[in-house]
Amino acid sequence: MKHATLEKNSILLLVCILIVVSIGGIVQIAPLFWIDSTIEKVQGMRPYTPLEQAGRDIYVREGCYTCHSQMVRTLRDEVERYGHYSLAAESMYDHPFQWGSKRTGPDLARVGGKYSDQWHVEHMIDPRAVVPESIMPGYPWLAARTVDAADVAERIKTLRAVGVPYTDEMIEKARTDLAAQADPESKAARELLQRYPKAKVAKFDGRPGGEVTELDAVIAYLQVLGTLVDFTSFDAAGPSLR
Amino acid sequence: MVDTAVERRAFADAAAALGCGLGVALGLVLALKSTDPVMAFHGSLLALAGLAGGLFILKSSFGPDGGKPADDEDYLDGPIKVATIAAVVWGIAGFAIGDFIAWQMAFPALNFDLPWTSFGRMRPLHTSAVVFAFGGNALIATSLYVVQRTCHARLAGRWSPYFVVWGYQLFIVIAGTGYLLGVTQSKEYAEPEWYADLWLTVVWVVYLLVFLGTIARRREPHIYVANWFYLAFIVTIAMLHIVNNLALPVSLTGTQSYVVFAGVQDAMTQWWYGHNAVGFFLTAGFLGIMYYFIPKRVERPVYSYRLSIVHFWTLIFLYIWAGPHHLHYTALPDWAQTLGMTFSVMLWMPSWGGMINGLMTLSGAWDKLRTDPVVRLLVVSVAFYGMSTFEGPLMSIKAVNSLSHYTDWTIGHVHSGALGWVAMVSFGAIYCLVPWLWKRRGLYSLRLVEWHFWISTVGILLYITAMWVSGILQGLMWRAYDSLGFLQYSFVESVEAMKPFYMIRALGGLLFVIGGLIMAYNVWRTVRGDEPVDAMEQPRIAAAPELRPVAAE
Amino acid sequence: MSYETVAAFSQVSSLLFFLALFIGVLAYAFWPGNRRRFDRAQVKALDLENDSNSRGGRT
Repeated sequence: MKHATLEKNSILLLVCILIVVSIGGIVQIAPLFWIDSTIEKVQGMRPYTPLEQAGRDIYVREGCYTCHSQMVRTLRDEVERYGHYSLAAESMYDHPFQWGSKRTGPDLARVGGKYSDQWHVEHMIDPRAVVPESIMPGYPWLAARTVDAADVAERIKTLRAVGVPYTDEMIEKARTDLAAQADPESKAARELLQRYPKAKVAKFDGRPGGEVTELDAVIAYLQVLGTLVDFTSFDAAGPSLR
Repeated sequence: MVDTAVERRAFADAAAALGCGLGVALGLVLALKSTDPVMAFHGSLLALAGLAGGLFILKSSFGPDGGKPADDEDYLDGPIKVATIAAVVWGIAGFAIGDFIAWQMAFPALNFDLPWTSFGRMRPLHTSAVVFAFGGNALIATSLYVVQRTCHARLAGRWSPYFVVWGYQLFIVIAGTGYLLGVTQSKEYAEPEWYADLWLTVVWVVYLLVFLGTIARRREPHIYVANWFYLAFIVTIAMLHIVNNLALPVSLTGTQSYVVFAGVQDAMTQWWYGHNAVGFFLTAGFLGIMYYFIPKRVERPVYSYRLSIVHFWTLIFLYIWAGPHHLHYTALPDWAQTLGMTFSVMLWMPSWGGMINGLMTLSGAWDKLRTDPVVRLLVVSVAFYGMSTFEGPLMSIKAVNSLSHYTDWTIGHVHSGALGWVAMVSFGAIYCLVPWLWKRRGLYSLRLVEWHFWISTVGILLYITAMWVSGILQGLMWRAYDSLGFLQYSFVESVEAMKPFYMIRALGGLLFVIGGLIMAYNVWRTVRGDEPVDAMEQPRIAAAPELRPVAAE
Repeated sequence: MSYETVAAFSQVSSLLFFLALFIGVLAYAFWPGNRRRFDRAQVKALDLENDSNSRGGRT
């Protein structure tokens, strides 16, 4: 009898702890899913193309987030250095988010279009060849590796299952789209642009006709960062917040 | 009675062997079926671990002692010894990797242009090695020790405690090798992929059951407060781990998965997890260490038991809200940022309440600070706890955070807590535990502890002062304007300015690694059974309980 | 129901709730009847009055 109450006490302690530590999370996380103004209504956001997503997976794999943030804060110097402050809508298809926590290197939220593909190629292979003071590691192996296209459709399908609005057609054409984005003159590339407006089509690594490399994928991803939202139609104080 | 004991033991052996068999089967399926080489590698690791565990169980079940009931009168210390040694070994590995990547930041050629040695893959290896491998093993070892001694009860379960300890080591190996091979989900301090997360969940639930089961067997009516902290740590980490790692694998035989949350919700969930990994793993758990090892080592009760109860409830309640201070001025809604800041500032109070409680336990015994370097490690760790829990609320204030965030100041802050508080209090606990567990008359050398203390203290001071200067300099350079109203510095100029501080930091880290090596040597000599070289200088409490001279009244 | 009403209600009610929780913890910690068990736990749990490495302390 006495032993039973003792056992109950440890369970009681456990339950009290669980209640106390649950409150904060519930109050802070749950409303973000149902308060509409959390994510702004903007024009231009679309899911990543298969090649951009492949580049993003490599960005994650290599731990780029350990030194680069993707979040321009609402501070004057950041807006002047990097561009318009980041909107929640701009990362709404990011599984997982890449806002980062440290800037050993500069913020990358709006790096898309700032440098040429050729600059990125040289910089990724040997950062100090283009920026002598840089302390970034070189990533020469990306240029030597063919991007793994075998399960790209599966990946896109999984992303749709967690909420990214890919269509059936996008999943079906994922493999051809991946190759097409690095094949500028092709007919498939024109189709890709209809599915993914504003996608940049190029042989990013500067080796036309070659295999689609991991370097192609990473540069395709970097070049789209921060370029999708149409800021001419965005009004921070107006209806976009409703 | 004896028959049921024998039966229960046979049942436990059979169940454990069956579990190992399942592990072998699952591992073989993954090793042979998966087209993902990393998954195949990790499958074979699981199969090997299952095989080793199964053989060990069968050997002990059918060996010379097989069939005899367990000696229920003794405490179960085998798994604790494993976790203690693991903490020392992983600690040195984690510190060394950290120092290596610190040198990489001063000399980028050290990345060697290879995937496995580049900073982006090594940094998660460092953070996981120190937080989960070193810190986690220190927590598992001390919690299983403390819960038995304060409840006067043997650990629950025959094989479960061994499963917790060895299963946790397997998780560490899978996670660590995964990072180097490019398997990560990029959520800070939660980088392991879905299958490693599932494995850890199984291990953690068994850990919780062992801990609760031992408390349920206790002979004292009251549950001692250190166990409250340990329990909060175990339960809350389970909750955080499960929610933050919700992910959908692309294939059941592949490593890749996608987190179910996206963007702003993912950011909030991640930092709710990330900050409470600090709050419940690196704080609550180690406060459990403080509330047992400081009073025990100085041989007087904790300063105020009532304060410890208030400390406990206010700390766990306030901590869980502090996450959004990692997201100030971002796309996270303002109301969440404000909540995070408010609770972070309030958190200062319970933190200092706890610090005072730890420090004041020494009142009337302050001389031990001078005579016993183990006490000094424990007490200085609490002082560092006080310092970093003052700095933390300060940095969570939005105006300060606008300068400090994304800079090295954050890194310095983390390390004043991680090296000064977490590592020092763990060192103190390890120095207490080793002679107690291996039944020695004392540590091999108290003078080596003295060396360890001073070398690592100097290392920490070099580290955090370098990071204060570099962090604030960085923040100021980023926001500096020239007389014409343009940004004064390009980003890379701020990178260039960091170089001397990165070298000082790496030097401080090197000292810390050397301190760890001194500890490993001392622990090894003690475990081996070498007589203490300075037995006369060691306090009576340094010896294992059965070897202590009777206290002079 | 406007945002202001919801915000005011949730802020005031959670303030009261947190206050009640805090008072509850203080009451438990300082309840005179609990003094004895705390005083006992403080010393007994750590075996401060006698050293023992066997389960069950003195017995």
